[in-house]
Amino acid sequence: MPGITREEVAYLARLARLELKAEELDHFAGQLDDIIGAVARVSEVADQDVPPTSHPLPLTNVMRADEVRPSLTPEQALSGAPAQEQRRFKVPQILGED
Amino acid sequence: MTDSTNTTSSNVDIIKLTAAEIAAAIAAGELTAVEVTEAHLARIGAVDEKVHAFLHVDREGALAQARAVDEKRARGEKLGPLAGVPLALKDIFTTKGVPTTVGSKMLEGWIPPYDATVTARLKAADVVILGKTNMDEFAMGSSTENSAYGPTGNPWDLSRVPGGSGGGSSAALASYQAPLAIGTDTGGSIRQPASVTGTVGVKPTYGGVSRYGMVAFSSSLDQGGPCARTVLDAALLHEVIAGHDPLDSTSVDEPVPAVVEAARNGSVDGMRVGVVKQFRGEGYQAGVVQRFDESVALLKELGAEIVELDCPSFDLALSAYYLIAPSECSSNLARFDGLRYGLRIGDDGTHSAEEVTALTREAGFGDEVKRRIMLGTYALSSGYYDAYYGSAQKVRTLITRDFEKAFEQVDVIVSPTTPTTAFPIGERADDPMAMYLADLCTIPTNLAGNAAMSLPCGLAPEDNLPVGLQIIAPALKDDRLYKVGAAVEAAFVERWGHPLIEEAPSL
Repeated sequence: MPGITREEVAYLARLARLELKAEELDHFAGQLDDIIGAVARVSEVADQDVPPTSHPLPLTNVMRADEVRPSLTPEQALSGAPAQEQRRFKVPQILGED
Repeated sequence: MTDSTNTTSSNVDIIKLTAAEIAAAIAAGELTAVEVTEAHLARIGAVDEKVHAFLHVDREGALAQARAVDEKRARGEKLGPLAGVPLALKDIFTTKGVPTTVGSKMLEGWIPPYDATVTARLKAADVVILGKTNMDEFAMGSSTENSAYGPTGNPWDLSRVPGGSGGGSSAALASYQAPLAIGTDTGGSIRQPASVTGTVGVKPTYGGVSRYGMVAFSSSLDQGGPCARTVLDAALLHEVIAGHDPLDSTSVDEPVPAVVEAARNGSVDGMRVGVVKQFRGEGYQAGVVQRFDESVALLKELGAEIVELDCPSFDLALSAYYLIAPSECSSNLARFDGLRYGLRIGDDGTHSAEEVTALTREAGFGDEVKRRIMLGTYALSSGYYDAYYGSAQKVRTLITRDFEKAFEQVDVIVSPTTPTTAFPIGERADDPMAMYLADLCTIPTNLAGNAAMSLPCGLAPEDNLPVGLQIIAPALKDDRLYKVGAAVEAAFVERWGHPLIEEAPSL
């Protein structure tokens, strides 16, 4: 596999919503390259006829009865919010002005 | 019972009691829960500045819980098996009204409005929660150096790591700040700290203990479990927290194995014990291998049959883990977006929501968390998915098959818990791959979902630091860990003349 470049790290950081600093881009490029180099051996089994396991338990959708139950109050749900207004989460601007 | 229960006035004697002894003394009226709690709070006050096992001590809450136990007893109500016993809770479990940070700046000052199921079950069992313990940020790490609030010291040598990510929980036990603790184990974060602090740690079968209210790192691997200084104490705690939880859709709906009964009837006579070829070799400290070989000889003396096993896929476990865990973490940690709880940075009217999220995550996450988010984002990205994440999941299948084949031949598997003893703080801090090797022996179990325990098996001759013996059992056979663990523990204590922890330097 090709080495991980600084540009690739910058792209990954955008995808991951991390505003990395310039020096972090260099630092992580080297480290991620090392780690990926070390773990790439898993692809040695890729050609084999092996089904992937995503979870140690066979998962089934667990449903409960659709009935009203006690839950957090609006005040409790908002208690950790960085900003709130009119009993709602107040978020930064999402759309442009026009 | 040790002599110390008779001299109830001494704090030193109280803090050295096991959880079982404390519970019995409270039930018999020889000690009050308040006395026990105060003794441990005093110990925390005296030594935690050096150890830094706790991020938050809930003095008032603990004393209120203790008073409630004493009142219950005064009313003649029956007390549970751990009523009044103090406990240190890893700061990854939500606690209503008490700060929960996950060792991260992202959640600094956050006060959850609800209890995790584990927290709720502890409270219902009248266990006294002393406070929240230090941990690697979001449980990512093997040394507790990644905590945003500073590292924890290993009570055996404060310049060394107490393991991770649950280093705070294990250090609290080893320094007598609490007789019980709770940890979580994604790749070894209960067993590995237990090993390097000379304590006992159990990763139950995946799904055996509810993950509701436990901040998620890697959902298909994370498992909460008990930490203690003795096998019996771990079993008593295991029974309190385990069992089906309708709030967690991955919780196993099966009866909890009879772990306490197993811990009270330790035996390996007639058992087949597997030793895996892949759990030794390069990177293993000589003293660790020596103590492990002695443990295998002891098992044989106690009547076990030793079976050599070959599990070739275990060689790929670390690689698979460092693709799967980061992939799941990159998804799980997307919820830390600075919008609904926790930190928010850059909300000055000039930045969009997306920019605020990116600035918040940059400021709130430490290096190891960022590294894993980036790694996971890479492994899951288009073009690389099949080569990395997809292949890692195939390795997971192969490891599960190796375990299945092994457990056709043996009842349990044993190995060293960690390849080395505790390393100095800072030694591996800037070398992620070196750090990741600490979990070499613990990771296969997380990938397959089965159960495992670490217990002390001696000190490495070269550095006089604790070595852990790992016992692995098939899924849902957690009781076997305790049966074997109790037998090994009893034999070692007889051989040494005292529990290993008594050799730890006093703080």
